[in-house]
Amino acid sequence: MEQDVTLKITDRDGNTHEVLAPTDMAMNLMEVVRSYELAPEGTIGICGGMAMCASCQCYVMSDHELPEMQDDEEAMLSEAFYVKDNSRLGCQIQVTPELDGLEVELAPES
Amino acid sequence: MIKTDILIIGAGPTGLFTVFEAGLLKLKCHLIDALPQPGGQCSEIYPKKPIYDIPAYPEILAGDLTDKLMEQCKQFEPGFTLGERAETIDKQEDGTFVVTTNKGTKHHAPVVAIAGGLGSFEPRKPLIHNISHFEDKGVEYMIKEPEMYRDKKVVIAGGGDSALDWSIFLSDVASKVTLIHRRNEFRGHLDSVEKVQELKNKGKINLITPAEVIGIVGDYEVSAVVVKESDSIHIDKEYEIECDHFIPLFGLSPKLGPIANWGLEIEKNAIKVNNALDYQTNIPGIFAIGDVNTYPGKLKLILCGFHEATLMCQAAYQIINPGKRYVLKYTTVSGVDGFDGTRKEAPKAVVKAID
Repeated sequence: MEQDVTLKITDRDGNTHEVLAPTDMAMNLMEVVRSYELAPEGTIGICGGMAMCASCQCYVMSDHELPEMQDDEEAMLSEAFYVKDNSRLGCQIQVTPELDGLEVELAPES
Repeated sequence: MIKTDILIIGAGPTGLFTVFEAGLLKLKCHLIDALPQPGGQCSEIYPKKPIYDIPAYPEILAGDLTDKLMEQCKQFEPGFTLGERAETIDKQEDGTFVVTTNKGTKHHAPVVAIAGGLGSFEPRKPLIHNISHFEDKGVEYMIKEPEMYRDKKVVIAGGGDSALDWSIFLSDVASKVTLIHRRNEFRGHLDSVEKVQELKNKGKINLITPAEVIGIVGDYEVSAVVVKESDSIHIDKEYEIECDHFIPLFGLSPKLGPIANWGLEIEKNAIKVNNALDYQTNIPGIFAIGDVNTYPGKLKLILCGFHEATLMCQAAYQIINPGKRYVLKYTTVSGVDGFDGTRKEAPKAVVKAID
């Protein structure tokens, strides 16, 4: 489909997956990971996508311009573990056409 | 030994609604939950957030949903074992089960319904290499007995409500309270943040931000923590703070936990059930309902948990009352007879002649 974007997602075992994600279904990055089962159910998106658990933390490896962090995401990341400068919560990143080619790596489970 | 008809593991929305459906069949329920209050995720993670897909409620706060479910099942007098985690299950010779919690409380029932959601909530432990050596030797991830901190030097780490609230509370109990957070901003309720600010100004709370605890010092028990202060302007600073207790409060995360070792068939961190019939697991008499189960097409929705609970109770009735006749009744027609002697019923139609 023309509105799909390609994302490169590296799972927690270090395997990289190139996946297609729709931009017209209001999906976020965490949901894309779940839809392809790149992390076991129950280890990602635990809070359902409310920026309240950090189980969808990922490291952004490409230099795409991403939506600015909101207060709740920033607050959650300030309490999460394994946080790096390029950490984001997947549930707060909506899949849009601008994200085509985005590369991310899932943070370890904690 | 607590005896009941259906032992429910997990007091979230699915577990609570089970009490109501079981009550209609005159079956008594008892619930075990690792959290200190009923409601599961709805009360622990997002009590103030709205839910929009509960039938007939265009919008309801998760905390209010819990209150409504408690009110709905009240007349069936459920028992609760809260703040304890179901640890082991033992099948008896007569086919019934004994479930024991981590605190040794024993429960006996012919039917067990696991409504455990994503599992029991466990504290998230910070990544400090030697922290496990000091667990219960000065490191506590949860405050159970505030008095043990009386006149002690306490270091709390975290930036959410529990870190703020306990810092405030312990500032009256401990001889010294230090609160350490990775950022200057806190995520808690505004009045808690303001209260900590006030106590900091009075010198009752020693606030260190942005900083992190990166090590623990002590021979056998905690004697100090290593703190690293770092921001983008100054050079990093590392130093020790003397203390008797270090309390990291970084929230809770659910883990399937001991249930995973009960011999149940597990797939994708969930318990496989027979969804064509009654949501029974591979062990007869043990059911799994709500977010904790899986089957083809499973959706983790509260409303699906309600449906599963309803069907499960019919199967439980058959196990508890083998061969006994029963047909589904409508509450509008039959009313609701509580175990507490109350009765709810539809008002009788008024018959009156017209002259």
